[in-house]
Amino acid sequence: MKLGKVLGKVWATVKDDKLNNCTFYIMQPIDEEENPLGMPLVAVDTVSSREGDVVYWVGGAEATFAFSNRQIPSDVTIVGLVDRLDLEKNK
Amino acid sequence: MILCRVVGSIVSTIKHTSFQNKKIMLVRPINPDGSLKSGTMVAVDTVRAGVGDTVLVASEGRSAMEILGFKKREPLRSVIIGIVDRIDINSKES
Repeated sequence: MKLGKVLGKVWATVKDDKLNNCTFYIMQPIDEEENPLGMPLVAVDTVSSREGDVVYWVGGAEATFAFSNRQIPSDVTIVGLVDRLDLEKNK
Repeated sequence: MILCRVVGSIVSTIKHTSFQNKKIMLVRPINPDGSLKSGTMVAVDTVRAGVGDTVLVASEGRSAMEILGFKKREPLRSVIIGIVDRIDINSKES
């Protein structure tokens, strides 16, 4: 899993039926100091995140297991909202 | 598995149910000599690691499922599975 910052929402009306009721966000992967890591990604959201939120996300096969009753054809899924980061150097 | 250093912890209230009651840490991959690499990761702790520890991180969903005792596949991938005491390379201690 990695950290990310939600940049905004992505709307897609025509999509695979298995993605119905999923919300998409564009998200920039970041490190612990909020420096960007690589390209922004489009992620399926499971935690009702909003623009500007720091989140953590899972990629790869595990991204498809976010819903208990069905598998979704996603490769990046947001699985948690970060309230606070306690970093080593701040102590 | 990869070698990482624990650089912080995460406080998170709203999360997927598979993360409920888990300690979530921030880890950074390191070289064997201890220098930090880029690519900060979020990992679930199972061995009571602390900030500053060198740890072993498994980053694969199936092994995470086995370690955490899930009955089915969950959207959780990286798990801290050990605390490294010492690394010996070419008979030199580091």
